[in-house]
Amino acid sequence: MSKKHIVLHTAPHVKKPQDVPTIMRHVVYALLPIVAFAVYQFGISVLVLVIVTTLACLGTERFFNWMGNKPSSLSDWSSTISGILLALTLPPGFPLWMAAVAGIAGIAIGKAVFGGIGYNVFNPALVGRAFVQAAFPVAITTWTPAFFTGRFSEFVPSSLTLPFMMPPETAEWVKQVAVDGFTGATPLSLHKFQHISTAPFDLYTGMVAGSAGETSALLILVCGMYLVIRKMMNWQIPAWIFVGVAVTSGVLYLINPEKFADPVFMLFSGGLMLGAMFMASDMVGSPLTPKGVMIYGLLIGFLTVLIRQFGSLSEGIMYAILLGNAATPLIDTWTQPRLFGARRKSA
Amino acid sequence: MSLIKQDDRITVDTFLEGIWRENPVFVMMLGMCPVLAVTNSAVNALAMGLATAFVLVASSLLVSLFRNLIPSEVRIATYIVIISTFVTIVDYTMQALSQEVYNALGAFIQLIVVNCIILGRAEACASRNKPLKSMVNAAGMGLGFTLALLCLGVVREILGSGSLFGLPLFGEQFQPWVVMVLPPGGFLVLGGWLLFFEWLKTRKQSLAEGVTHG
Repeated sequence: MSKKHIVLHTAPHVKKPQDVPTIMRHVVYALLPIVAFAVYQFGISVLVLVIVTTLACLGTERFFNWMGNKPSSLSDWSSTISGILLALTLPPGFPLWMAAVAGIAGIAIGKAVFGGIGYNVFNPALVGRAFVQAAFPVAITTWTPAFFTGRFSEFVPSSLTLPFMMPPETAEWVKQVAVDGFTGATPLSLHKFQHISTAPFDLYTGMVAGSAGETSALLILVCGMYLVIRKMMNWQIPAWIFVGVAVTSGVLYLINPEKFADPVFMLFSGGLMLGAMFMASDMVGSPLTPKGVMIYGLLIGFLTVLIRQFGSLSEGIMYAILLGNAATPLIDTWTQPRLFGARRKSA
Repeated sequence: MSLIKQDDRITVDTFLEGIWRENPVFVMMLGMCPVLAVTNSAVNALAMGLATAFVLVASSLLVSLFRNLIPSEVRIATYIVIISTFVTIVDYTMQALSQEVYNALGAFIQLIVVNCIILGRAEACASRNKPLKSMVNAAGMGLGFTLALLCLGVVREILGSGSLFGLPLFGEQFQPWVVMVLPPGGFLVLGGWLLFFEWLKTRKQSLAEGVTHG
C-alpha cells in the first residue's frame, strides 16, 4: 500500500509568479517580431533607432534612480518597453539625436516626475513622441520609403544628423533609392491631403510608408494576441477602441463616402493597431472596471477618428490615447462598482 | 508702543534671502504669469526682471515712508496706487528705450501692477520696516526674480532659437526646438529648474545629516 501525501497550503495557491517584471518581459517578447519586421522593412536605420531610444529610456530611468537615492529599477523591463515602443512610433529615418531626446523626455516628463512605474499618468513612450512632435514638427513627419535597396548597408541620410543640427533634405536621396514614385506620405496623409486610397492588402501586411513599427497591422494583431492568450493584456481595451473607430468612421462614411475614409481603412492604417494594442492597454494608464474600459476605449476611438478627419494632423491616435490616459482617473471615479448592500444614490 | 519690536538691523541676509532662501519664483512660486509668459528669450526675461525689480524697490521705499500714514483699512488700495505709479513710469520708459522689447513683453508690463511679489513685499516687509531695510530687501527680491527669469530665458532661448541674447550659437544648421519658445516650454523648463533646486536642497540636507550621524 502506497503512502499518500496530502500537501497542505495556505493561500495563495498560485504557482507561477506573475509579477510586473514577468509581464513586462513578455511584452518585450511580443514586441520583438514587430521590431524584426520593421528592421527587415526599413533596414539598419530602424535597428539603431530602437537601440538609441531604448538606451535613452534606460539611461534616464537610471539617472532618476540615482537622483532620488533609490535602487535601480531597470530590471522591471518597463523602460525597455517604453524605448522599443517609442522607436516603433517614430519615422524610420528620424535623426538619432532627436530620438534620444524623445526617450529622455518620455521617461523624465512622462514617468520619473510622477514617481516611476505604476504612478505615471501618461504612457511614457507617447509623452516622448508628443514632445518631439511639438519640438521637431518637420522631422517627425518626414517619411522614407520601405524596402529600398541597400537598406541593410546604409543609413537613411537623416538618421545620422549631428546633435542639435537640422536633418538634411532627403528628397534627392529618396528619388535615387525609391522603386517607384514614392511621395513621402503615409496612407493616412495620402487619403487626407491628396484623396488617394491605398490597397487594403498592402495595409494589412505593411507594404506602405509610415512610422517604423506601425505598418503591418496583421503582425501587430498577432503579437498582441500572444499577450491576450497569456492573459497579460486586457483585450477589451483594444476591442473597444476598434468599436469606437469603426462606429465613428462608419457614421461619417455613411454621411459622405467621398470625403471620409471607410472604417476598414481607418482600422488598418496609421498607428492605430500599435497604439490600441500596446499603448492604450498599458495597465497603469487605463481604467480598472469593465465599464470604465468601455468608456475609455470608445473615447479613444472616437477622438482618433475626429482628429484624423477634422484635425490638422493626419494621425490622431497619439493624442487620443494621451487624452484617454488623462481621463482615466475621472472614469475610474465614475465607474466604481456599487458595494454590495450599499444604497443607490437617490437622484 | 507696540509690544512686538521690529528688528531694524540690516544684515546680509536681508538682501540675500530674496536671491536664494526665499527666491520669489523658485521657492515662493509667486508671479508665475510673467515667469511663464515672457521668458522665451533672454532679452525679454532680463527686461521683465529689471522692470519688476525697479517697481519693487521704488514702491517698497514709498510704502515704507508712508507706512505710518496709511490707514490699515485701505492699505491694499493705497499700495496699488503707489505701485501703479511706478509701473506707468516703467511702461513709458521702456516704450522710449526699445519699442521692440516693449512689443514683445506686451501687456505684461502693465500687469506688473498685480504682480503678487510686489504686493506681498509691500504687505510683509515695507509696511513694517524702515525705508532703507525694505529697500535692501526689495532689491534682493528683485534681483532674485530677475535671476530666476534669466534661468528660464537662457535655457529656452538656447534650445528654442539656438542663440543667446540674440547672438547665434550654433550656426545656420541649428534645429530649433519649437516647443521651447511655446507656452509648454515655459512649464517644462520651470519644472526642470524647480526639480534641480529641490534636489540640491535635499542633497545638502542629507549630506548634513550624514555628517552628524556618521
